[in-house]
Amino acid sequence: MIEGASWRRWVFFYIPLTAFIVALLFPFYWMLVTTVRPDGELYRPWNAPNYTPFWTMHPTLEHIKDLLTETLFGTWMFNTMVISIAATAISLFCGLLAGYALSRLKFPFAGSLGTMIFITYLVPQTLLFIPLADIIRNFRLGDSPWALILTYPTFLIPFCTWLMMGYFKSIPKELEECARIDGATRWRAMVYIIFPIAVPGILSAGIFAFTLSWNEFIYALVFLSSPDQKTVPVGVTSELVRGDVFYWGELMAGALLGSIPVAFVYSFFVEHYVASLTGSVKG
Amino acid sequence: MAQVIIRSLNKRFDEVHAVKDVNLDIRDKEFVVLVGPSGCGKTTTLRMVAGLESITSGRILIDDRVINNLPPMDRDIAMVFQNYALYPHMSVYDNMAFGLRMRKFDRDDIARRVQEAAEILGIHELLRRKPRQLSGGQRQRVALGRAIVRHPQVFLFDEPLSNLDAKLRVQMRVELKKLHDRLGTTAIYVTHDQVEAMTLGDRVVVMKDGFVQQVGEPLELYNEPANRFVAGFLGSPSMNFATVKVSQDNGAIWAANAGMQIKAPPECSARLGRYVGQEVTLGIRPEDLHVASPADPPELGFDVVVEVVERLGSEILLDVAVGSATMVASVEPSIRANIHDRIRLALNPERLHFFDMQSEAAI
Repeated sequence: MIEGASWRRWVFFYIPLTAFIVALLFPFYWMLVTTVRPDGELYRPWNAPNYTPFWTMHPTLEHIKDLLTETLFGTWMFNTMVISIAATAISLFCGLLAGYALSRLKFPFAGSLGTMIFITYLVPQTLLFIPLADIIRNFRLGDSPWALILTYPTFLIPFCTWLMMGYFKSIPKELEECARIDGATRWRAMVYIIFPIAVPGILSAGIFAFTLSWNEFIYALVFLSSPDQKTVPVGVTSELVRGDVFYWGELMAGALLGSIPVAFVYSFFVEHYVASLTGSVKG
Repeated sequence: MAQVIIRSLNKRFDEVHAVKDVNLDIRDKEFVVLVGPSGCGKTTTLRMVAGLESITSGRILIDDRVINNLPPMDRDIAMVFQNYALYPHMSVYDNMAFGLRMRKFDRDDIARRVQEAAEILGIHELLRRKPRQLSGGQRQRVALGRAIVRHPQVFLFDEPLSNLDAKLRVQMRVELKKLHDRLGTTAIYVTHDQVEAMTLGDRVVVMKDGFVQQVGEPLELYNEPANRFVAGFLGSPSMNFATVKVSQDNGAIWAANAGMQIKAPPECSARLGRYVGQEVTLGIRPEDLHVASPADPPELGFDVVVEVVERLGSEILLDVAVGSATMVASVEPSIRANIHDRIRLALNPERLHFFDMQSEAAI
């Protein structure tokens, strides 16, 4: 906390904080307002006498109803959920074991292998989707959830591995040594001692992986084509932008509903998540 | 019943030769302390006994069984770590029970053993707590409890007291000693604190640069150090060293430098004889110096200038200048001495030490 006169606290704390909160939350507010704004107001020119961009006097649920009844939004949500959970589970499992091995086991090139894994995470997806598309076609996985469940781990596993590696390194190795002297094999020491302590790290890796796969756009756009196979980001943008017509109300309703699961996951685990970023085990 | 035998033990890390040809015979029920400055190889030696480091060469035996390649869990040892290494997500009870559960003890047996250990250590009211709710001393006790519930053959301690504050450390030191007397389990204890080494150890192993310097009972090391390092490492304040030249005059051996001229006692003469004309290091502990009285023979005294006076209550430490060198003398609290005073000190001839300048070995 900032000490001293109250004006200092206003200038250095409350005002910047308020500005920050407003800047961060405004897009969500905009999404909400646009969702409930009737079409008549949405397409009113900016110089009309009753132009009110920041609020609406006639809120309506029409766009949400349209989205849920006129489009396959429910199916997209289901697809996204299945793909995200499966991809996260695969990535977390591999990331946990790889992160543990890279941080704890002594083997040649352990250090450079860790760096190489991280570098694979840095290869842009816009570069990778072309060769990956070829692979997907060869395995005849195109236009099915497997196309994404199996390709998302290509960037999620390096990410989870790297994150878990850092977290495992913060756990004193004496804990594990003590467990091994106490009678545990390395595997049991890992499962009974290290993993329970690493839960905050596992959760934050999981949340990140889930969010990344939930929001992923380019692979989903390229590998899926039938409307009933699409994920939320692709479904909303491809089905609700027709030619040069933007169905703003439905688009924003889709964005709003699509962000609810992610927001829910975040708020549910926020305490663990913050703990894993700010500190770890104290002796 | 467990004796630990270490034969020609070596440990090499990539560049560093951390432990060099260590040989030790640790008897059953013995409390052996490995002591030395940081980086001397003491912890590495302990970790090799524990099975946490691989052995480059040599053998370790517990009761005639070579354990070189046994995993830590099969060596029947328990270890207490410097940072306690309590499992943070488990209660005190579960921490202590973990080793027993891993070894498939039955429930009642686990409960009985944990209770028994908790009572010995006075922590039975803490059993439900988590480690983070405990003070440093309590955590230390839990770590000890976790070690004793299994009734292992050997206890290994890796600087277990160094995270405690000074007062608690003294208290836990006494308790450790009592605990060892009560359980009688063979123990190997690593510390860099010479006071811990002297007070806890049945025998003390002084190490430096990966080599064992000397093994012996605490007073044996204190009174008859094998080399200059051991002499300087044990004792607080530490031993005074001065470079002196050995000469022979009228059948007596003299050791002299710019500030002092000392007649070596007859028992040293024979050994010093072959150093006539050469320089050696003279060592004398602060408590073996006293303010000279007329009764002291003049050839054992020398003049000094007081530079610092430290009044500790039970004794006074005088930092004095002897020629161009400085020494510390521990004198009676009744002595009146002030800075810049010129006084005469005498030394106890039976407690003189001489060390070779090159090899630093005791003469």
